[in-house]
Amino acid sequence: MSDLAVRDVQAASSHRQRSRIGNFLRGRSFVAFLFTLPLIVLVSVLVIYPAFYALHLATLNKRMTQFVGLSNFSFLFTRETFWMVVRQSCIFAVTAVIFKALIGFIVAHLVNAIPDKGQRKWRGMLLIPWVIPPALSTLTWLWLFDPSYSAFNWLFGLVGIGPVPWTGDATWARFSVILVNIWYGAPFFMIMYLAALKSVPAELYEVAAIDGATFWQKLFYITLPMMRNIIAITTLFSLIVTFANFDIVWILTAGGPIDRTHVFATWAFRLGIQGGDIPLGAAVSLFMVPILAVAAIFILRDVNKRSERM
Amino acid sequence: MAFTQPTRRRVLQTSAASAAALVSAPYVSGAHAAGSLSVGFWDHWVPGANRATEEIVKAWGEKEKVAVKADFITSQGNKNLLTIAAEAQAKSGHDVFAFPTWYIHEHAAMLEPVDDIMADLIKQNGAVNGTVDYLAKVKGRWMAIPATPGSQIKGPCSRIDLMKQHAGIDVQAMYPAGAAPKADNWTMDTFLTAAEACHKAGFPFGIGLGQTTDSVDTAGAIFQSFGAALVDKDGKLTVKSDAVRQAMEWYAKLAKVLPPDAPAWDDASNNKWLVSGRGALICNPPSSWAVAKRDAPDIARQCWTHGMPAGPKGRFAPYLPYLWGIWSFSKNKPAAKSLLRALSTHDSIAKMVAVSVGYDLPAYEGLTTLKTWAEEEPPKGTLYHYPNPHNHQTLSIAAAPAPPEIANQIYNQAIMTKMVARHLGGEKMEATLTWAQNEVEGFMRG
Repeated sequence: MSDLAVRDVQAASSHRQRSRIGNFLRGRSFVAFLFTLPLIVLVSVLVIYPAFYALHLATLNKRMTQFVGLSNFSFLFTRETFWMVVRQSCIFAVTAVIFKALIGFIVAHLVNAIPDKGQRKWRGMLLIPWVIPPALSTLTWLWLFDPSYSAFNWLFGLVGIGPVPWTGDATWARFSVILVNIWYGAPFFMIMYLAALKSVPAELYEVAAIDGATFWQKLFYITLPMMRNIIAITTLFSLIVTFANFDIVWILTAGGPIDRTHVFATWAFRLGIQGGDIPLGAAVSLFMVPILAVAAIFILRDVNKRSERM
Repeated sequence: MAFTQPTRRRVLQTSAASAAALVSAPYVSGAHAAGSLSVGFWDHWVPGANRATEEIVKAWGEKEKVAVKADFITSQGNKNLLTIAAEAQAKSGHDVFAFPTWYIHEHAAMLEPVDDIMADLIKQNGAVNGTVDYLAKVKGRWMAIPATPGSQIKGPCSRIDLMKQHAGIDVQAMYPAGAAPKADNWTMDTFLTAAEACHKAGFPFGIGLGQTTDSVDTAGAIFQSFGAALVDKDGKLTVKSDAVRQAMEWYAKLAKVLPPDAPAWDDASNNKWLVSGRGALICNPPSSWAVAKRDAPDIARQCWTHGMPAGPKGRFAPYLPYLWGIWSFSKNKPAAKSLLRALSTHDSIAKMVAVSVGYDLPAYEGLTTLKTWAEEEPPKGTLYHYPNPHNHQTLSIAAAPAPPEIANQIYNQAIMTKMVARHLGGEKMEATLTWAQNEVEGFMRG
């Protein structure tokens, strides 16, 4: 009798388990997991594995035969050029992101003010710099800045200005790489801000207008607060991409003159691939992580706080 | 379904028949009986110049019954360096690879020694120059053999007319076609005076002070002419030496009469400078002359490739070889060695030189007088002195004689051109030397 009872309990428990698995398999979260699985695999193979491999490489000696702990990092701290690269990477990324955000914001407002009918073609045209592969567009910029045959200098020459050493002088070279980065990245900000602007309820502006709010009041008390999350996320995303920029700097100046435009990625390439010191190159590239992590923590914490308040 | 057990007699009969059939069948040697081989060649700048290598490899493959896969990998965007790094990490890839200058020493532990081939090639083609020895020999063993495609001397290519008119120098008389140079007066002082005169006339010498190889190679040869090394052959720091100061002082004078944007020049800048007719001299292999021949024939007719000026410690010319090495993970080393021999015969090398219009340069002493260099025109004999046929200058690489693992860093970080550019930008000589010393010290870590 008691055996039968136990068997009944076991059968019921196994049935419950089966139905739980069945429910899980039929559940939305499992389907969602299946959908994201290819991306998880892709990220694991192309991002997580290389990141850990870079960490491993950064702990090896130059010949990659011996574990040296953190000595590649401590060595970098003693190098004058390393600190110059840190400074330059920060100047490059922060300046470019500020101007990209500013230009994107202004252009988004201008495009938003265009009637819907004609807006599409403007949106398309303004996105062109962002959709052209940067290696290709930067080559065109290189010809415009060419040390000896710059098209800009030719134009300036017609009005008696110049020639400007676009890539030959440290200050001008920094200006040039930042300018191209802004040109390439501003459309991304523009399109994100435009989307955010369109999601601001028109009633808010109408009410504000009835209350007699000026343009600036609408901007500071309606538009900006409503766009704040998008601005923060876009800035963070752009900061990461700009910090890790390689192609624009490499094509325009290759880090020159006298290393004055090197950023983390270009200097890591110079040391690791060209100079044959892969562990040191890996250590340089890993220095981006703590800087970006700090920025990400602050920005995302701000976004979370606001979301909770809302 | 019925199934009958085979009898012992039937098994014996079948086995005997199969064995007889196998023995009596003729031996068929397959088209690729000797296996396969994969080679990573350097993708040539000169259009069509890969053809010679392709044909030699194909003929060798057919003769030796080896299936050869030849990949021509560009050095544009350092794609060849990335491939080398990837193959070294993966311990897999091509069997043979065309390594640029420093990368034999860097990967020596993963390369197959080729002493046997080199001994035969030296016997066959003559001795190799000291730079090949420095770059391809590791701890007394040959780890690679010199490749002809891509190897080059970056000596001066002068405008005959401008040098005569503004500097009073007849480069053709100094380096006559088909005869030994009469260049005793072609010294660093003469060079500087000529540079100043041409600058004054509006045709500055086109020598870069950038961070790419053309700028670095020229700086290296000039430093060596003054006996200036940043690190000596024993690995001792010699940045703050009189020779380095002397070289820097000379370079500072030259830099003042170079194009103002010279610190931003890359490897294309000097070519454009010559082809556009704006300069009287550049330091480059004949590729710029070849471009001028196509795009600006009037300028090409006035180009003359010749030797470097002599400094207090000798006459040094920048030399940049490619080197063929066999990865130790190669599964067909005998075939790889056989191919390298086939690529290094007199006929193969002559073919490569001809197809590259004289650009490619064998490292062997016995092969510097091939007819291509004597016959190429315009003007006839313009390339005669390009391969250093009278051995009147020492072929060298920038940063030598420092131990290659340090020299590689000095070269790739363009320390010498940066020193000149810093000093030119107003930095005091001693401050520049201190900066350079600090940088080079960093390269000495193990």
